[in-house]
Amino acid sequence: MRTSGIIGGLIAALVIGGAAFAFAIVWRPALATIDPAARQSFDPEMVKRGRELAALGNCNDCHTLRGAKDFAGGLPVPTPFGTIFSTNITPDPETGIGRWSEEAFRRAMRTGVDREGHHLYPTFPYDHFTNVTDDDDRALYAFLMTREPVVAPARANELPFPLNQRVVVAGWKLLFLRPETYQPDSTKSVEWNRGAYLVEGLAHCGACHTPRNALGAERASASFAGGESDYWSAYAINAQSPAPVPWDAEALYFYLRNGWHPDHGTARGPMAQVVSNLSSVPASDVHAIATYMAGVFGPPAPERNREAVVARAKPDEGKTSQAHPEGAAIYAAACASCHESGRQPPYGGVNLALSTAVNAPDPRNLANIVLAGVRPVEGERSPIMPGFAASMNDTQVAALLNYLRSRFTSQPPWHDLEKTIEEARRTQTAFLQTSAGARSAPADPAQRDKP
Amino acid sequence: MMTLKVNGQDHQIDADPDTPLLYVLRDDLKLNAAKFGCGLGQCGACTVIVDGKAVFSCVTPLVLLEGKQVTTLEGLGSVAAPAPIQRAFMEEQAAQCGYCIAGMMMRAQALLQRNSKPTDDEVRAELAPHLCRCGTHMRILRAVHRAARLMDTAELTPERKGSAQ
Ligand code: FES
Ligand code: FES
Repeated sequence: MRTSGIIGGLIAALVIGGAAFAFAIVWRPALATIDPAARQSFDPEMVKRGRELAALGNCNDCHTLRGAKDFAGGLPVPTPFGTIFSTNITPDPETGIGRWSEEAFRRAMRTGVDREGHHLYPTFPYDHFTNVTDDDDRALYAFLMTREPVVAPARANELPFPLNQRVVVAGWKLLFLRPETYQPDSTKSVEWNRGAYLVEGLAHCGACHTPRNALGAERASASFAGGESDYWSAYAINAQSPAPVPWDAEALYFYLRNGWHPDHGTARGPMAQVVSNLSSVPASDVHAIATYMAGVFGPPAPERNREAVVARAKPDEGKTSQAHPEGAAIYAAACASCHESGRQPPYGGVNLALSTAVNAPDPRNLANIVLAGVRPVEGERSPIMPGFAASMNDTQVAALLNYLRSRFTSQPPWHDLEKTIEEARRTQTAFLQTSAGARSAPADPAQRDKP
Repeated sequence: MMTLKVNGQDHQIDADPDTPLLYVLRDDLKLNAAKFGCGLGQCGACTVIVDGKAVFSCVTPLVLLEGKQVTTLEGLGSVAAPAPIQRAFMEEQAAQCGYCIAGMMMRAQALLQRNSKPTDDEVRAELAPHLCRCGTHMRILRAVHRAARLMDTAELTPERKGSAQ
């Protein structure tokens, strides 16, 4: 009797304790609404800083739908679990964040909870934003609160049960959200630390470039080992990088700042918007990112220098074209006129021996770009490539890709090419319709006068 | 030797498989509506319709055209019996020098075949790959909408209703 009473009491205590624990994990209070603050109440200097930080954070990429107003949300973000729609972060009081206090904004950045206390899905990368300082959050808040308010109600996410229950996110956070993980390393330079702060925090590079586990969290043990974004593969940007010529800090800076590099080619897909944003931030921040990432890539292997790589692309002696006659003919008429024109990137095509897309383990990016091309930036002189979706069927694209792979790389042939191509045809149509795309390029005005 | 179907006719073409369609159209078949602008797929002057889709003929090698139907502007209508798209461009006086116009008409035709009432935004997005150095863009836009209306009205007899495969 006594023992069972004790056991019963224990069970009751466990249940109550468990419930209290669960409640503590799940429940977050709503924070009070505010009357939308007047624009003039924000310090212009802080708004300007916030603009640069928002560009570093690439906020517009997810929160702006093609053809719609800036930051009004509504962009479908495909995930393995379903489609999540970005939300309106303009200061509209009813459908945006106009009634959010700075505290509510900071809580969302740090712990992924909205003003009303709902858990936000980690498509909003608060696992990185948790590292953003109070000062930077304040500037971002000032910037967003001074944007044009847009009435744009949130679209319902397309998630199956039970993932459509936001309490599930609380469990996810318990497992994977490590608040404020970034710690400065006093043994490293100020610039390196600045880069680390940006890359691990606001710039959230790992959100695309680090592979995710079955529950959609970044695998800490495989940092920067390559992930995906919007049906593009985000290459490994550590020692496993498939770039034929290794990246160093100088090349990274040039690429991130200008959107292209003579040894690597042009940024496209979701990265086009990243570099477009990075062209508008202080150069010192881009240098810092490049310095930190160069450390992540590790020291470049000397034998993979440009000359050695380009040597692979010497004129085809006929062996490859005999093995792939159809691909060779397509290449000659459709690709070589730009890629072997002798004009330098970004206005001439990159030598394909230097192309990461052709060398990568996953053919997806090459398929995407052959089908969709590179859309020029409106009103700017910028890289351009026609898409071939209308003139080539999947078998023909496969013939071309096989030819490129065997002519320009020493990598093994790809498997399941046609499946990838068929998928790329479907997904790129969707991506091009929703992504707002790059808005400026290249950053360095001196480059604009170069042919 | 390959068989190329252009405007409903079979042609025996003796050319390398990597020969751009544009060269064959202009040099061998003397169909000169499609123009050479850049040869790089960047201006749109060479646009023709292949199996219902607008393509740049300058970067489309013959090897891609086995068994496909090519339609050029000559295949849509003639001076005596212009197709709706041609009539609309004339009525809007959309051509200045005219160099870009055949390409514009072909892409607009392909658009109208799959979407008979495009919005202005849709027309602009569709024609974005085409350059016009004379700056007749506003007339071109009006012409495309006029063509949409023409294709929609009964005043056209079926055989004059230009359509391409
Ligand atoms: S000539 Fe073909 S696109 Fe310019
Ligand atoms: S009318 Fe002259 S290029 Fe368009």
